[in-house]
Amino acid sequence: MAEAAVTGRAQVYTAQPGLKGVAGDFASDQRAFKNVSWGKAMMWIFLLSDTFVFSCFLIAYMTARMSTTVPWPNASEVFALTIGGVTLPLILIAIMTFVLISSSGTMAMAVNFAYRRDRRKTAILMLVTAILGAAFVGMQAFEWSKLIHEGVRPWGNPWGAAQFGSSFFMITGFHGTHVTFGVIFLLIVARKVWRGDYDTERRGFFTSRRGSYEAVEIMGLYWHFVDLVWVFIFAFFYLW
Amino acid sequence: MAQAAAHDTAHAQGQHQGQHHPIRLYLVVWGWLFILSAFSYLVDYFQLEGALRYTLILLFMMLKAGLIVAVFMHMAWERLALVYAILVPVAALFVFVGIMVFEADYTLLSRVLFFEPGA
Repeated sequence: MAEAAVTGRAQVYTAQPGLKGVAGDFASDQRAFKNVSWGKAMMWIFLLSDTFVFSCFLIAYMTARMSTTVPWPNASEVFALTIGGVTLPLILIAIMTFVLISSSGTMAMAVNFAYRRDRRKTAILMLVTAILGAAFVGMQAFEWSKLIHEGVRPWGNPWGAAQFGSSFFMITGFHGTHVTFGVIFLLIVARKVWRGDYDTERRGFFTSRRGSYEAVEIMGLYWHFVDLVWVFIFAFFYLW
Repeated sequence: MAQAAAHDTAHAQGQHQGQHHPIRLYLVVWGWLFILSAFSYLVDYFQLEGALRYTLILLFMMLKAGLIVAVFMHMAWERLALVYAILVPVAALFVFVGIMVFEADYTLLSRVLFFEPGA
């Protein structure tokens, strides 16, 4: 324990390996999450609560689908598109998946360049992320109007179980709303990066706290979460 | 011991300034996410059925989710206290799913018995 006394303050932040370190952190004074800023910790806790919201929707969908006596519509056929005379199953959803994954990739690189303090590349990559996100919402709007045109309603549809429509509109609608708000926040943070707010530590207009490039990583956490939720929606709603 | 502590301190300070990883790592993960998504799409394209279909869907889903959380969201490098605080509560969802599976089975049974005579 002699080293602990010598190294002083820095020693406070070193954790013992494994569960002992976890117990030590949670049992410690004032802060449980050492080395993690309040902004990042709160974003993670928000994302955890959002996980439960989306899980409730997906579990409700599971319950509706398992308990209905009417056959569930075949998503593979419902979401098929005919392009150039060839009917491809689920093709629009596959394209949407690739677009959203690409936006996650550009966001991850934006976070990386933010910590290298490369203002230009960070802002450009965030703008590309926002454009891909907007494209995703656009394709979702197309899909919604196509299904509504074909007669899908929250209370019924031409192909089978009535709960298909309500599950579809609720789950994809809530996810699309998350993407839309993500695009708006991306544009706000990209503007701040471009203007150099995080280099000059300019205070935020709402929180009055000093800006730092960590804001880009926190924004990234939200964006990756939106992609993460889509992975589960894609698997359970479209593929199952 | 002293060396380990010094290493930990340096690591902790590195964490404090933000996450530093080579750009190559993100490109590799991006590539894998593309490949895994293509595989999930092919499961539907080739109309695989039964246990094989569900196993593959779940496998590709978990791999994709794991890559996104661990690398893109930097969970692999976060302090263990934060990792546990976020990931452990998610286990409650499995209990919820379990409860609703029983509930759905019971509802289906009642519907078949009382509302669809002869079915």
